[in-house]
Amino acid sequence: MFEAVLLTVITAATPLLIAAVGELVVERSGVLNLGVEGMMIMGAVVGFAVANQTGSGALGVVAAIAAGMAMSVLFGFLVLSLVANQVATGLALTILGVGFSGLIGEAFIGVPGLKIPSLYIPGLSDIPFIGPVFFQQDAIVYLGFALVAGVAYTLFRTRIGLVLRAVGDNHASAHALGYSVIKVRFMAVLFGGACAGLAGAYMSLAYTPQWVENMTAGRGWIALALVVFSSWLPLRVVAGAYLFGAVSVLNLHAQAHEMLNIPSQLLSSLPYLATILVLVLISANRRLTLVNTPACLGKPFVPDR
Amino acid sequence: MRLELVKRKERSHKMAMLSPIIAIGLTALAAAIIFAVSGHNPLEGLYKFFVEPLTQQWSLQATIAKATPLVLIGCGLAVCYLSNNWNIGAEGQFIVGALFGSALPILLPDFESGATLPLMLVFGALGGALWALIPAVLKNWFNTNEILTSLMLVYVASLMLDYLVRGPWRDPDGYNFPESRMFSDAATMPDVFGGTMSLSTPITIVIALILAVVLAKTLKGFEIRVMGESPRAGSFAGFSAKRLTLFSFALAGGLAGLAGTMEVSGGLNQLLPTISPGYGFTAIIVAFLGRLNPIGIIIAGFVLALSYIGGEGVQSAMGVSNKIASVIQGLLLFFVLACDTLILYRIRLVSHHAPAGETSHV
Repeated sequence: MFEAVLLTVITAATPLLIAAVGELVVERSGVLNLGVEGMMIMGAVVGFAVANQTGSGALGVVAAIAAGMAMSVLFGFLVLSLVANQVATGLALTILGVGFSGLIGEAFIGVPGLKIPSLYIPGLSDIPFIGPVFFQQDAIVYLGFALVAGVAYTLFRTRIGLVLRAVGDNHASAHALGYSVIKVRFMAVLFGGACAGLAGAYMSLAYTPQWVENMTAGRGWIALALVVFSSWLPLRVVAGAYLFGAVSVLNLHAQAHEMLNIPSQLLSSLPYLATILVLVLISANRRLTLVNTPACLGKPFVPDR
Repeated sequence: MRLELVKRKERSHKMAMLSPIIAIGLTALAAAIIFAVSGHNPLEGLYKFFVEPLTQQWSLQATIAKATPLVLIGCGLAVCYLSNNWNIGAEGQFIVGALFGSALPILLPDFESGATLPLMLVFGALGGALWALIPAVLKNWFNTNEILTSLMLVYVASLMLDYLVRGPWRDPDGYNFPESRMFSDAATMPDVFGGTMSLSTPITIVIALILAVVLAKTLKGFEIRVMGESPRAGSFAGFSAKRLTLFSFALAGGLAGLAGTMEVSGGLNQLLPTISPGYGFTAIIVAFLGRLNPIGIIIAGFVLALSYIGGEGVQSAMGVSNKIASVIQGLLLFFVLACDTLILYRIRLVSHHAPAGETSHV
């Protein structure tokens, strides 16, 4: 029982983890992209469609990443090149993504999906409990952890990370030092798009291998909340993602075991209520949030020549 | 080649008027491309989508009926966005408003009097306002991001509606269908102007006109605009950002809740598991396309309502999925935001090799 719960928590947490760590990089560069949900759902539908047409899960994943990046280019062009309002443009990206995915996905409703295979490491995977939990996951689960480690290292231990944080904390100074604020931010936005696309592919190729309209069900928004929860520190994203993964599978297990007599709708709303609660707890602590919040988050930058 | 933005000396009023029109033009162009790519005649598609709904009485009436909630919600959202309060949960406020408004005809079906409908509308506005005040209060007290909380409450609201129509509020004589009992005549929004439109439409237009005057001519309107553009300047004038957050959220929620109640008591006449085709989200587009101005929003609401009716039109006539409507809505918002850049900036293309001065203005 415990093992089964833990396995579902891992699959529920992975898309949140990947999307949130991508958005964390975007926000560290000073850009707020509220379009995570839209990029993620496009990743989900494109990943499913390509995997279904080609029979290759790997190609599906690659296509999903490309779809997420294509969406983020639209966003980047508007908010970076045309200095459009970031909040409104992010919303537009989500509205467009949800609509477009519905149009593309119409042909794939009810079509049986393709599940990314789990890895099998002879020996290790056979250890009871430890094997299935740690050594029998699919590649994307491990990739998610690698992403977090890579982002944490890059942000705080490399020159690229230093420049990225400088751009996010004080774009005027970074510009004066000769760094191209717009270019750095565009790269960060692209990375965020790739992560959101990958997270979407995980939804439609691993979490529930099928296409259902609106299947991301607000996970992109929860990923945005996770970035606040993590107070912009990558390692804390893991904790947040697993916490939310746990809350969202509680629902499934509670229904399966007919726990108490709670209406299913109340259980389904728990992740959303938990998001609000967590945001309140974190945001109320000003010291925690203000230290790491990128100082230029959401502020537009127009280079003077 | 790269883009370069040159700040204008002042806002371009010409562009402020032109930008929504350019945006609609670009959206039509993009729509034509989508029709062509999916193997349909683009001109026929555009005609069926944007023009045909205007040519027949029934479809014109349907468009007006769809525009009504969009305009009402969009007006409230405009006040929020003008004052820098990012309420994106109007969909949830619409639903909770509908629930509050429906409580009376569902729980007390025998209470039929002249007061039934007015009471429902008041409850509806109250419910929407209360739901909207949650993110506002959290923002003021705990510094919580109102974008995320207001959106999360949309999911909670639709699950609440789902629970009520499948559970306690299910019609006892309804053969277990997930729907509430039908509303009595006293709880139904009457039609006006010879049955061409619901009373909701004139109510909405009156509210939009009042709001236009309030925004343009009164101190409150000044406060809303100042606090949006420069909260620091506003605080010297004695305006309180926190009070305005409560005010704008309550107003937007109240109007969305009113729209929700008018929708269920007008069109549907009962509660169903889904009562809105995403009005609360489409109204965000309406607010921006209407330049956050109630008069503009009336026009923009009509344009966006066309896309719903047009979407059904191309589906039945040409076999194009009606999902194309939401794609076109999303594109429209993109183009509006992009074109708004032209109000504050001049855009020019700079070639990497050209010496300074040899630039072309757009």
